[in-house]
Amino acid sequence: MTESKVISPSRPSDLGEIQLDVNNVEVVYHDIIQVLRGVSLEIPRGKIIALLGTNGAGKTTTLRAISGLLKPENGFVKAGSISFEGKSIQNASGQKIVKSGIVQVPEGRRVFKHLRIEENLRVGSITRTDKKQIAKDLLHIYEIFPKLYDLRRKQAGYTSGGEQQMIAIGRALMAAPKLLLLDEPSLGLAPLLVKDIFERIKTVNQEGTTVLVVEQNASIALGIADYGYIMEQGKVVLEGTAEQLKNNPDVKEFYMGVSEGKRKSFKEIKSYKRRKRWM
Amino acid sequence: MAYFLQLLITGISIGSIYALAALGFVLIYKSSRVINFAQGELIAIGAFIIYALTVWVHIPIWISLVITILISYFIGLGIERTFLRPMIGQPIISVIMVTIGLANLLSGLVFFTPFGTLPARYPDFLPDPIRFGGLIIKWEQIVGILITTIFITILMWFFTKSTLGISMRAVADDQMASLSVGVSVKKVFALAWATAAMSAAAAGFVVGSLFGLEFGSLTAIGLRVFPVVVLGGLDSIAGAVIGGIIIGVLEQLATGYLDGIVPGGGTGDVFPFVVLIIILLIKPYGLFGTVEIERV
Repeated sequence: MTESKVISPSRPSDLGEIQLDVNNVEVVYHDIIQVLRGVSLEIPRGKIIALLGTNGAGKTTTLRAISGLLKPENGFVKAGSISFEGKSIQNASGQKIVKSGIVQVPEGRRVFKHLRIEENLRVGSITRTDKKQIAKDLLHIYEIFPKLYDLRRKQAGYTSGGEQQMIAIGRALMAAPKLLLLDEPSLGLAPLLVKDIFERIKTVNQEGTTVLVVEQNASIALGIADYGYIMEQGKVVLEGTAEQLKNNPDVKEFYMGVSEGKRKSFKEIKSYKRRKRWM
Repeated sequence: MAYFLQLLITGISIGSIYALAALGFVLIYKSSRVINFAQGELIAIGAFIIYALTVWVHIPIWISLVITILISYFIGLGIERTFLRPMIGQPIISVIMVTIGLANLLSGLVFFTPFGTLPARYPDFLPDPIRFGGLIIKWEQIVGILITTIFITILMWFFTKSTLGISMRAVADDQMASLSVGVSVKKVFALAWATAAMSAAAAGFVVGSLFGLEFGSLTAIGLRVFPVVVLGGLDSIAGAVIGGIIIGVLEQLATGYLDGIVPGGGTGDVFPFVVLIIILLIKPYGLFGTVEIERV
């Protein structure tokens, strides 16, 4: 945490009890490629946290380190610690982490194309045994996403991008997560759909699920988030409440495409970016 | 007409053996994309265990069948654990090579037992064939068709109704996404091998009771699986069943009608492949194979 600039004294712990504590995590792929170089995040219970940054900043890797999905990609947590509700989970198996209450919605949705929508949702409940509650949760997901109910017998591969994002989120919710990790839910969706998806995410959060959302679309993510982290080159370079980040001139310039004063020419922006980096 | 019906019935009963054998093959391919070359050996081992339990331990043959299917479940798990699990993450072609090695290993091991050289038969356990209107229907054929029907009904139920079965199909679709909701991919692979060994044992029982226990002809059924699954679609259970029956019936019809015309005979072995090629020209994924869904 020493490396990042804190804009004001407001800390994540001011927002609530810390549910997930990622402390100075380093991740290495294939034993040689270091992607995370000491990432620290504190996720308070019941809040929405945005993790922003450009391509290749290490956002997805951070999510995978938390959700235990590094192994299939030949990665592992080399240093640092991750603890969820007081228990250490770094390098634990994916199933163990899902059972403990962390579920990731993968980037690009990754629905099971050849399964019907309802079957997609049912796979989400594989780690659970409480049949009655599972049935209730399924109905509740249809309440959040009424469209999925209408299409429940349809093969998921033949649905639209927005519907697939709903399926992916619904599938993750079927695992009854306490912490939901979302990897770029806006990817490839029309602006109206993005707005809709983020409203549903807000609903899910209001029902008690903590949300950690990775986004490139900073303005929409900060629109619903309570707190945000900005990553660059494998490190957190800036953090603050959503309000603070939204009003930060650098964030505005780099991630929201608005700058103070008059519009700059393409040339000027390029040189500006080159001159000024976070680190 | 009676002759045609006779060929049809024989064909369906042989086809149901192919279907059972192909079923296990399809399950493994479906969940892990691995082509199992050891399916024939699994059939033979199942058939031999039933013989050993019935003739040497004097357990009634039906109970032997049930016990053997249970034993096969663990054989499948064991094979997956020992030979396939260490290969997770390796290129598919290497894993397929392992199954070829496994086939050779298993057939080598069979020659340590009396079954390698000694063609045996199950003791007669069914009444005489049914005869009417010139037709002869063996009870073994009826039993074979029944066992296949039972197996397929249970598996169909499992794959469409139970969360574990649906998850197995999910793994076939997208392993990473399955992992993300906590599906144990290892468990799914193990279960696929266990189910494959179980259906192979059932197939072994039917083959053994129809044609006797000769190692070479038992493993040959494993090879017959290939035209069946290519015809039905490599990843379709329904395809395995229908493909199996089509191949079985075509074989019988060709033997019955063409062998007399073609000098040298043996058309039963060739004709199904001719039809296979024609069908594949029209439907390259097989009759029921999964066509890749591409959204543009």
